Amino acid sequence: MAGTAATGAVCITGCSWRNSSRWEFLSNAQAETLAALADQIIPEDDFPSASQAGVVVYIDRQLMGPYRRHRGAYQGGIESADQISRKFCGVALAQARPTMRQEVVSALAERFREFFEMVREHTMEGYYGSPRHGGNRDAVSWRMLGLKEPPLRGRAHYDLSKGRGS
Amino acid sequence: MNRVNAVIVGAGAAGGIVAKQLAAAGLSVVLLERGPWYTPADCRKDDLRNQRTTVLGNAFGPEDLGFPRVVVDAGGVARIVRPSDSAYQNNAACVGGGTLSYGAQAWRYMPQDFRMKSVYGAPAGSSLEDWPIGYGDLEPFYDQAEYEIGVSGDYAPDPFHGPRKRRLPMPPLPANREWEILEPAARRLGLHPFAIPMLRNSVPYNDRGPCMRCRWCVGFACEVDAKNGSQNTVIPQALATGNCELRMRCTATEILMDERGHARGVEYINEDGRREQQLSDVVVVSACAIESARLLLNSKSRLFPNGLGNRYDQVGRHLQGHYYTGALGYFDHDTYDDVGPGASIALCDYNHGTPGLCGGGMLANEFIRLPIHMIDRLPPGTPRWGQGHKQAMREWHRRTIVVMGPTQQIPTAEARVTLDPAVRDKWGAPVARIQGNSHPHTFEIGAVQAKRAQAWLQEAGAIHTALMNSRPQMISAGQHQAGTCRMGNDPRASVVTPNCQLHDVENVFVIDGSVHVSNGGFNPALTIMAIAYYASAALVRGWKGTRYRS
Repeated sequence: MAGTAATGAVCITGCSWRNSSRWEFLSNAQAETLAALADQIIPEDDFPSASQAGVVVYIDRQLMGPYRRHRGAYQGGIESADQISRKFCGVALAQARPTMRQEVVSALAERFREFFEMVREHTMEGYYGSPRHGGNRDAVSWRMLGLKEPPLRGRAHYDLSKGRGS
Repeated sequence: MNRVNAVIVGAGAAGGIVAKQLAAAGLSVVLLERGPWYTPADCRKDDLRNQRTTVLGNAFGPEDLGFPRVVVDAGGVARIVRPSDSAYQNNAACVGGGTLSYGAQAWRYMPQDFRMKSVYGAPAGSSLEDWPIGYGDLEPFYDQAEYEIGVSGDYAPDPFHGPRKRRLPMPPLPANREWEILEPAARRLGLHPFAIPMLRNSVPYNDRGPCMRCRWCVGFACEVDAKNGSQNTVIPQALATGNCELRMRCTATEILMDERGHARGVEYINEDGRREQQLSDVVVVSACAIESARLLLNSKSRLFPNGLGNRYDQVGRHLQGHYYTGALGYFDHDTYDDVGPGASIALCDYNHGTPGLCGGGMLANEFIRLPIHMIDRLPPGTPRWGQGHKQAMREWHRRTIVVMGPTQQIPTAEARVTLDPAVRDKWGAPVARIQGNSHPHTFEIGAVQAKRAQAWLQEAGAIHTALMNSRPQMISAGQHQAGTCRMGNDPRASVVTPNCQLHDVENVFVIDGSVHVSNGGFNPALTIMAIAYYASAALVRGWKGTRYRS
């Protein structure tokens, strides 16, 4: 517990408070761009989009942990996405019209392939991976795929006294 | 510290068994393990951080910071890799080693697997060789592993296995949906499908309950402790003898030598980061193929300036693992029943006997896949992102079957572990540098196996199939790593004797997958266990004579 509290304190003084961001690593503007990008990778339909399911929370949180090594790539890549968007339609990606966003992201995928592939992978992790890491809110993707939630199958349908499956 | 009879480096599949066998024979044993002892409560069911999907790190070690390796790609470019990178060729670092979180397939190699050169001849440029021991030498020890560690299954429908004295101690788990789809299809093709032997309780055994059939199996610790590894069988038994002390979070750095060419113990870093020495009569290296080779190479002394057992530059060569190929089948009906462990059905019709191929491999259905594994396994032509991808995830997640298998590896002397000249671990020891690849014939075998998997799926009613046959640019060693301290009779062409004793130093033994001359077309865990029982028996026999002192 002490460790958790200490980490929180560092964050309050070290990033959240100073740049008034509600994110752990990203600025509000960066998070908006990333959300717009992730929502092109997994758009909303009958089920939530990537950002609606918490993918930006997932990525932001990992950038404080195992994905620390990708911080520079995210900062540079998000900047590139907004630059392309400004060139195409004069505004940052999050402010672009929905039809423009797809064109911007397609251009990004072509010109900044490595960054786009990384965001694609991390978006999929956040959307289809365990909710414990901040994405896949309420296990929405697992329910979308028709999987039982919670996924602990076995205990419920297994009669240990017989020693064989039902 | 008090001198003991034996120090064993590594509490994995082999080291745990050796510890138990030596302690039960009355030897005093110190078992060194670099990692901690996880329990079923550490299962966590985290699909992004386990021992197979490691995007957020390895669940059971090693940790990412402080333990790099260097890998050299096909173009000769070297790069530093962290343990959770698949290029690292990792195996878990904890009590039980890989057996805590493996899929637990319990294969005996076939008699031909020990005589590959005699049966097929060695392809030019390969280092394919016969083992100095045969299936018959290991049979009693395969049996011992099956009964002591605990294997479920039924070999009766399989006509290809080597002779066995008795049935497995537990019946197979009941059929799952994929079995029901694949079994009749294989029969129609004239093949011989049967239940995969598993180091997994199907009924209560060894005072623990049976598999509860959840889908979080391969890569995870078992929540109900029904998956059998050294951590829940032989290691507790070794400790119960009173003759074995397990020291966790202790990393061996060097085998210490005296001036007469005998080992006198092991130097290690203890849990507080202090350098310690444990003196012993014998040293057993069971650190898994890559780290066992590294420890020998890092043990340099006046008599052994190039590392222990390495007089003829053999340590670290013939590194192998398994290259997997197969096929994905897409069905017009649900194939997914959510009943673990998932992998259920195998056939050994294709392991040997195909004209023009040096062996083949076992084919089996895959363990249950989690949604995160499905991302890049959608039908060819599916958009990689956007609405089309999301739609395809919904459409296909419950309607696919993967059949694949480990291809018999044709080893080369150039696929090897050396010490990196520059990079060191957090304790200051040179790290493993991994380079080279399997012989090209391996990939010819793999391509044929993939087509066979595809044909099986088509017969089972798949409406689309996709081959899984990408050719890796470097050795695929990983959890199946083997071969770096080859067993043989010729000291110039091997590292250990047929009893796993270094040719050069009579009181140092290497007992793990390192000694495999070839690695079969099967998951290697049960063979590593059988070798451990076999070599322990030889060690104890020799101990009663001379205590390995000359």
